[in-house]
Amino acid sequence: MPLFDDKVKNQLSDILKNIRDKVTIVYATQEFECNTCRDTHSFVDEIAALNPNIGLEVYDFVKDRQKLEPWKIDKVPAIALLDKDRSDTGIRFYGIPGGYEINSFIQALIETSGRREPLPDALAQRVAAVKKDVHIQVFISLTCPYCPPAVSTAHRLALENRNIRADMVESTTFIHLAQKYGVQGVPRIIINETHSLEGAHPMPAFLDVIEKL
Amino acid sequence: MEFNLSAGAFAAEQKFMPLDGKTVYDVMILGGGPAGLTAAVYCMRKGVSTAMIVKRVGGQVAETSGIENYMGYRYINGMELAEKFREQVLQFGIAYEEGPGVRSVEQGAVKKIALDDGRTFSARTIIVATGKSWRKLDVPGEDEFLGKGVAYCATCDAPFFAGKDVIVAGGGNSGVEAAIDLAKIARKVILVQFLDNLTADRVLVDGLGRFGNVEILLGHEIKAITGDSAVRAVSAADRKTGVRREIAADGIFIEIGLVPNTSPFRGVVDLNDAGEILIDCACKTSAPGIFAAGDVTSVPFKQIIIAGGEGAKAALSACEYLLRDAAR
Ligand SMILES: Cc1cc2nc3c(=O)[nH]c(=O)nc-3n(C[C@H](O)[C@H](O)[C@H](O)COP(=O)(O)OP(=O)(O)OC[C@H]3O[C@@H](n4cnc5c(N)ncnc54)[C@H](O)[C@@H]3O)c2cc1C
Repeated sequence: MPLFDDKVKNQLSDILKNIRDKVTIVYATQEFECNTCRDTHSFVDEIAALNPNIGLEVYDFVKDRQKLEPWKIDKVPAIALLDKDRSDTGIRFYGIPGGYEINSFIQALIETSGRREPLPDALAQRVAAVKKDVHIQVFISLTCPYCPPAVSTAHRLALENRNIRADMVESTTFIHLAQKYGVQGVPRIIINETHSLEGAHPMPAFLDVIEKL
Repeated sequence: MEFNLSAGAFAAEQKFMPLDGKTVYDVMILGGGPAGLTAAVYCMRKGVSTAMIVKRVGGQVAETSGIENYMGYRYINGMELAEKFREQVLQFGIAYEEGPGVRSVEQGAVKKIALDDGRTFSARTIIVATGKSWRKLDVPGEDEFLGKGVAYCATCDAPFFAGKDVIVAGGGNSGVEAAIDLAKIARKVILVQFLDNLTADRVLVDGLGRFGNVEILLGHEIKAITGDSAVRAVSAADRKTGVRREIAADGIFIEIGLVPNTSPFRGVVDLNDAGEILIDCACKTSAPGIFAAGDVTSVPFKQIIIAGGEGAKAALSACEYLLRDAAR
């Protein structure tokens, strides 16, 4: 049975008409010991079928380890987005972006395709000035209505500056990671292992932390 | 698997225009819940120049799972209804900002509106529709342990308390609902209620009664939340005897109702004892040219259909004010 019912499917294919340039979904999966890989696989299959400008490449976490190397994918299920030049955007989804998180996934696709409002000048300058390597992990749960904006803000930062990588991490899929970072509420945002933010924050709050790193 | 898609958020994004700092708008609507969005439709149809500043579109509706009392829909998911409201506003080229909130307003013939991010805008009239937000306990430890055991959203955060001991503060509908959600997975749930009885609907109280791992502590006030790297205990006092007790717990969900979002308007408009903006039956506040609608106001009963109706009324009142103002 497909994951998307007809109503959601029609809505999605309408929304995805906004896709401008080609986007490639890199999906990393594993045959065994991955409860959510099968659903996530259906998810990317069904999304890619909705628009000819969405490409899909599927890799096995074990067999294709070498091919996955450049994208630094360290757990599955994982989704990475590449832009029209197959250049890595730094955008990652670890775990299925279902529930409320479908919204941040669709937004990431559309923004990666080149359709996005420019950032206000002052903000764009702050983002461009980030020279350090920054790794943002946004821990979420799929029933959290406040989480997609936090994920989208982190992904937008990655899109604007290639020194920044941004992961959505579904807390129940990666429970050991959630525990490692002491996640007891979502969204919880971890920046470079050392800094954190609780709750959804606007872009300037992310930058306040990043500039202190 | 469920997908809570906000279809409208992607549909016609292009129609919204950014706010312009040099324009003096006829109407500035603050807030994008049912009250603000309905006001927007009425203003745009009246043809007055309108701008909207919204922290989060949909307001409380976007955070509600199922709605069964909004006319026209026997059942609709909150996110979906919020999107329908927004779509109806989107057909107009309204000036719209989502994200930054309003920090303060200044009364005058032309009113000034300052945002959290420092920008300012101006308008001849203002409609305040900033609704309500979750009330905090205001006790030591509450801010310190946010996300480290202190939580406000049970549907979001319940999974992190599987097998643990948790406290729910509040015995109204949202408190009892949270306690039920948590009882399914936690080791033990202790519901602490300020009053001497639970005020939630009968069906919910009965539902909670079916769990064997729930303890209810009535007539107690929470005084402090303590811990180290995360919450470890909560101290509560018996309201009659004053006797305090420490309850060991890994977390606390705070579900004690809502407060009106009026801090930007303090000193500009009159408030009632509950902190709500006082309005008359035409949605007029004590300040000429400033109107208010929905949950943020003194109007009794907080419901979507009421907030929507009040939004319509505030818009029509503002338009009438503009006409009379121009005639002067
Ligand atoms: C869990 C829950 C379930 C509910 N269920 C129902 C139901 O089944 N049926 C029913 O009829 N009602 C229900 N309600 C009540 C209903 O949601 C509210 O009465 C209604 O949403 C009020 O609308 P509003 O526009 O006045 O305010 P809100 O919905 O609170 O919207 C306020 C808006 O103002 C914005 N805002 C706040 N501060 C600022 C600021 N400083 N600057 C800019 N913008 C700001 C917010 O982001 C939001 O957009 C429920 C409420 C809750 C919490």
